[in-house]
Amino acid sequence: MNGLLRIALKLLLNDRGKFATLVIGITFSAFLMTQMTSMFSGILYQSAANIINVGAKMWVMDPAVETPQNSIPMPAYVLDAVRSIPGVKFAVPLYIGAGLVKLHDGTYQAATIIGIDDASLFGRPRMIAGHILDIYKNNAFIMVKDTNYAKLDDPKVGTTFEINDHRAVVVGLARTAVPGLFGLPTLYTTYSRATQDLPPTRYEISYILVEPKGRADILPIEAAVHRLGYLALTDQEFIARNDRFYEFKTGMGTNIMMMTLISFLVGLSIAGETFYMFILDNIEHFGALKAIGAKSGELIQMIVFQALVVGFLGFGFGVLLSAGLIALAKLQIPNYAAMVTYISLGLALVMVLIISMFSSYIGIRKVTRIDPFDVFRG
Amino acid sequence: MLKATGVTKSFGEGASRMMALRGVDLAVDYGEMLYIVGPSGSGKTTLLSIISGILRPDSGQVFVKDQDIWALDNDTLAGFRLQTIGFVFQDYHLFPRLTTAENVAIPLILRRTPWAQSLEKARQTLSIVGLEKRESLPPYKLSGGEQQRVAIARAIISSPDLLIFDEPTASLDGDTGRKIVSFVKENILNPKRAIIIVTHDSRIYEYATRVVHMEDGHIVPAEGVADAH
Repeated sequence: MNGLLRIALKLLLNDRGKFATLVIGITFSAFLMTQMTSMFSGILYQSAANIINVGAKMWVMDPAVETPQNSIPMPAYVLDAVRSIPGVKFAVPLYIGAGLVKLHDGTYQAATIIGIDDASLFGRPRMIAGHILDIYKNNAFIMVKDTNYAKLDDPKVGTTFEINDHRAVVVGLARTAVPGLFGLPTLYTTYSRATQDLPPTRYEISYILVEPKGRADILPIEAAVHRLGYLALTDQEFIARNDRFYEFKTGMGTNIMMMTLISFLVGLSIAGETFYMFILDNIEHFGALKAIGAKSGELIQMIVFQALVVGFLGFGFGVLLSAGLIALAKLQIPNYAAMVTYISLGLALVMVLIISMFSSYIGIRKVTRIDPFDVFRG
Repeated sequence: MLKATGVTKSFGEGASRMMALRGVDLAVDYGEMLYIVGPSGSGKTTLLSIISGILRPDSGQVFVKDQDIWALDNDTLAGFRLQTIGFVFQDYHLFPRLTTAENVAIPLILRRTPWAQSLEKARQTLSIVGLEKRESLPPYKLSGGEQQRVAIARAIISSPDLLIFDEPTASLDGDTGRKIVSFVKENILNPKRAIIIVTHDSRIYEYATRVVHMEDGHIVPAEGVADAH
């Protein structure tokens, strides 16, 4: 390491009180920023569980639909119309609704029921017990073994219960990629059984899942569906639409953004003030260095290095703390919606870098203005 | 070695303008230990700052080793100071959070000398000032006289041609002050180096090779001082 930077590091590390205050301040700030954005990322990810788990490339829906949980049923002719659009390889109906499961002890538990196309079983989950073809048996349901599985008293293959007063038999267990946001167990069955067993509305199709022939067909399909008065989105567009709903229409995004901003300001003020005190403590020595022959650029280099060291340490500890807390929370609350994403890490890093640069800017202003003549004047 | 001609310097503006130097001429040769003495406010420290390349004069020229130092830009001048001049400040200005050896090594580190090599040279230099056993202590654990010697070691580590001392005995008792200055004269001064000391401590005048007296921004004939010398 460059000798000057080594000197800068020693000056920083040996002032233990201020060094600890700086690192703790930035750690706390980075922790809060990462935690807030991770929680929001987790919420967004889990709110898009159905889109991710079903895995269709395109979704057709009522234009008023904003999240996969709140579908608006569509008439059957839309399915036929979509199937007739050029570029559509196949299109199948999907039912997503809520059912009420009566457990053996007489209590009720709400559950998400997903009815997949009888003929193709498109969107089926990955089986871990039983066989997917058992879904065609009488009253058959496949139970998703996720973090909400235990809420139905840990059913096994063969377990029976009532769903909306209809007999239901668990014929298999399955895994999905993402648990739902709202803590409901998920059961898969055929589209026809779902629409029979759950309270019917005038229209029954929640979504139409579309497989385009190629990527080039996506835009024409979207346009054709639009002409029908409905909305076709790719899975990524649907996830983005779902994200926008939570970000801008629930107040959740604003709250998280405000908390993140407050965390940033806390870090900025603690680090800025402490670093300024640190520079003030050493200002005469910096003046002496200038008199001896240090160039302003070298002093700036030392200060920026010191600010970056505390910044990166604080960022590292903050992220570790956040990741540790999320891991711990997930042990206790398996459905805890938080995930550390590259975006939340990047955002926290940028904010920590701004804190570091702001702190060093204050120090640099002070140090570049000191006149070595003042060292002589005492 | 050093030649200053017609150096003037004022501070403040308008009615509060104060002339600190009023056309000072000064020449210093190698091997000289020159004292600049005079009462407070006479312009000693201002002159010292100008001839050492720290404070820009209003007019006049300063040549150090035939280089007009005030013709240099700031960075080049900083480099020139680093190469040519060693400073011992009145308050020493040692970094309390570095060891004694690291403090001494700073001029070499500024000259991009490798860390280990700088520290080795610092240890050798500390042995010159008799502090080889104090190398790993922080400066605040040393006595005033020892801190002064550390500051001297820092000033001489890069073998500068010109050494500048600002009130070297101000923070020391009389005996320690005399010992320090005596040590400087016997061990630090040599025919390839000049030393300029600003002081108003008459107890150490005897160690000077020449004394100039300042008063009201002028160098004046050194009556009495010469006698003391």
